[in-house]
Amino acid sequence: MANKKIVMTNKESIVASFYKALKSFGVSLPALLGVILLLGVFKTYVSPQLISSVFTGELFRDTLLGSVIGSVSAGNPITSYIIGGELLKEGVGLFAVTAFIAAWVTVGVIQLPAEASILGKRFALTRNVLSFIFAILVAIATVVTLRVIT
Amino acid sequence: MKINQKGQKKERSKNLYYGFSFLGIVIVLYLVLSFFNPEKIYRSLYTSLDIIIQILPILVLVIFLIGITNYFLKPKTVSKYLGVESGVKGWFLAIIMGILSHGPIYVWYPLLKDLRDHGMRSGLIAVFLYNRAIKIPLLPVMVFYFGIGFVIILSIYMIIASVIEGKIIEII
Repeated sequence: MANKKIVMTNKESIVASFYKALKSFGVSLPALLGVILLLGVFKTYVSPQLISSVFTGELFRDTLLGSVIGSVSAGNPITSYIIGGELLKEGVGLFAVTAFIAAWVTVGVIQLPAEASILGKRFALTRNVLSFIFAILVAIATVVTLRVIT
Repeated sequence: MKINQKGQKKERSKNLYYGFSFLGIVIVLYLVLSFFNPEKIYRSLYTSLDIIIQILPILVLVIFLIGITNYFLKPKTVSKYLGVESGVKGWFLAIIMGILSHGPIYVWYPLLKDLRDHGMRSGLIAVFLYNRAIKIPLLPVMVFYFGIGFVIILSIYMIIASVIEGKIIEII
């Protein structure tokens, strides 16, 4: 009897756990839908050609620009590798391309409203600003180390 | 307990308010842009639908994981492995979870929020989100474009940066 009672309670709490999961996910749904719709606009309006046309060839400016463009861009990381590879072929420096790839995933300006509404404004802002700075620092560290080694 | 529930309810309605405001702004953007170029907006909608279809399996996985978390992980367990007392193990766990997680970053926000409500440290959430940059199945593609040396060095610096970022977030 006691066992049966335990099983019943567990069953109830499994249902309750998933109900709670659906509910907490439902709260995030409007923000997620907003991000997805914004991504749709981004993918339609911003082409890889448009991104590569912004770089000038000046080392520091391009690295900063790489981090900025990576931050406002979004999508599958593979896309960032492909664009990064094309940028290299067109003569854009490795510092800029690395900053671009690093910021692509770690900084999300398009996702920021969703991140802020779900995880908190302060957390989202601090995390994105820090990740932006780190994209530049990681790019410098990576390229310098690579050059020292090779 | 009641106060806690009341607080959660208040937070939920605040989140919903922000979410709907953001969604409303995006819808207004669609309406405005549709006046200039209806065909492009139709394409944007189609692309968004495509994204939804692509991320649907991950969304289901995330809901499932939140449910499992609610059921199995009690706040005590979460804070043991990912809370203040988790120590170095917690940082390693967050790094590995970040590397192994799939799909777009935003589908993971609800689960992370849930884990934080159960006691996960904010610094570890930042570490998780940062390490999503290192995706094992995608590494061969990156090697193809940039070479193995570059990929290894970048991955190591990314992990180091994630931990520093997590520490800074906890300090400020």
